[in-house]
Amino acid sequence: MLRGVTKRFASGLEALGGVDLRVAHGEFLSLLGPSGCGKSTLLRIVAALSEPTSGSCELHLGGQSGKAIPAGHIGFVFQDPTLMPWSTVRANVELPFRIAGRVRAAERDRVAAALHAVGLAGFEGSYPHQLSGGMRMRVSIARALVTGPELLLLDEPFAALDEITRLALNDDLLRLWEMHRPTILFVTHSVFESVYLSTRIAVMAPRPGRIVADLPVSLAQPRERAVRTSPAYALMCDSVSAALAAAMAEAPAP
Amino acid sequence: MRGGLGQRAARLLAPLAIGIVFLAVWEAIVRVEGIPSYILPAPSAVAQSLWVDGPSLFGSLLVTLRITLAALAAAAFFGGAIALLFSRSRILELSLFPYAVILQVTPIVAIAPLIIIWVREPFLALLVCAWIVAFFPIVSNTTVGLNSADRNLLMLFRLYGASRGQTLIYLRLPTALPYFLAGLRISGGLALIGAVVAEFVAGTGGAETGLAFRILEAGYRLAIPRMFAALFMLSLTGIVIYLVLDLLSRLLLRRWHESALNEEEE
Repeated sequence: MLRGVTKRFASGLEALGGVDLRVAHGEFLSLLGPSGCGKSTLLRIVAALSEPTSGSCELHLGGQSGKAIPAGHIGFVFQDPTLMPWSTVRANVELPFRIAGRVRAAERDRVAAALHAVGLAGFEGSYPHQLSGGMRMRVSIARALVTGPELLLLDEPFAALDEITRLALNDDLLRLWEMHRPTILFVTHSVFESVYLSTRIAVMAPRPGRIVADLPVSLAQPRERAVRTSPAYALMCDSVSAALAAAMAEAPAP
Repeated sequence: MRGGLGQRAARLLAPLAIGIVFLAVWEAIVRVEGIPSYILPAPSAVAQSLWVDGPSLFGSLLVTLRITLAALAAAAFFGGAIALLFSRSRILELSLFPYAVILQVTPIVAIAPLIIIWVREPFLALLVCAWIVAFFPIVSNTTVGLNSADRNLLMLFRLYGASRGQTLIYLRLPTALPYFLAGLRISGGLALIGAVVAEFVAGTGGAETGLAFRILEAGYRLAIPRMFAALFMLSLTGIVIYLVLDLLSRLLLRRWHESALNEEEE
């Protein structure tokens, strides 16, 4: 999927130095690493929102490959909910369809279904400022899911939320993934979150950003809350933490 | 809201009380000192003049108001259009914005005589003067607003393959609306000032005379109470224009923008 991708910013900063990454369909891959290791940059390159300086990124989605991926096959969730404050919840989730120029009954049904899936049925007419942080993030997820994307990119979506909301949204995300099985690229700097959610974890190191460890997570599926207290989970967290610590030690001190 | 009603009453009553005290002191000083009305008329004399000359002054007010509102409308339209143009082309913005600034910082009193010479039609000449004063806040505010769209939302629009037009309509314009309205509120007052200054410079507004000319005329004739009455009407007009634009802004933004939300809803 990604071959020798490097990214150098105009400032001369080498954000990514030769990243190779293959992601299988339906995988839940976490990109784990400290701040400044190029995780978000990588995600943007995958979404074709940013051009790699060298190397290539190839996607095979919707029966298409290369650069001709039609809109709607990729969903993106940012760290902030990134909603339009002047639009209702419904209009925000409807946005991908509105841009595509077709909002008919079928699309309206999908908007309603997406909102139902994230537990926001009944809030269609609310404005973002009327919702809590967690609910706004749910709207953002509903918007990313509404087109039925095969690839879902999440850029530290829960980093700004409180612990309780975060755990609830972790479970909701897992449930949605199990239901639709999109390929997920999930950027995080939480070891526990990455182990709980993903089927595979790519540990990244900074300066320049690169992948230093690629660890499969072989915990029972479907994951439930009980997993969080199981010995296997603790063991996995331990080894991922070790890999992360090694990555940090190897890099020059920040 | 805690003590909402009391607070609202205080907001209305406190300035009102100050005003009444001020007028009473004014009246007392004029009476006790026996100041002649051609130097400082008592509020009662101004009120009387307002009552007597009110109808004719009101006719002049309408003349000034027509220029003001036409200039404001033109400023809103062209200001918005210029800002749109700026947001479409960075080169255009870079090359033209300094001239908009020059037009803004040059005192209107200094250019008004030129404009009045160049533009033969008196109404149009006054309109141009008032427009020059009023259009800048709208241009500069709206330009900032159009460029303030959330960066992540812009990326999202790109991800879903939005055209420039769609990004403009669904994202940039709504983002710019509060900025535009803030500019409009400033321009409302400025348009009135521009109209009055232009009338002063023009001297006479032809067959119809605006309020500014009535102030000049009253000054020449030492009819100072009438001068005060005209001034009073002018500032009242400015306040009404501001309140109307403020109301418009609140109505348009009431559903979502911080400036128009009640505290209790947040």
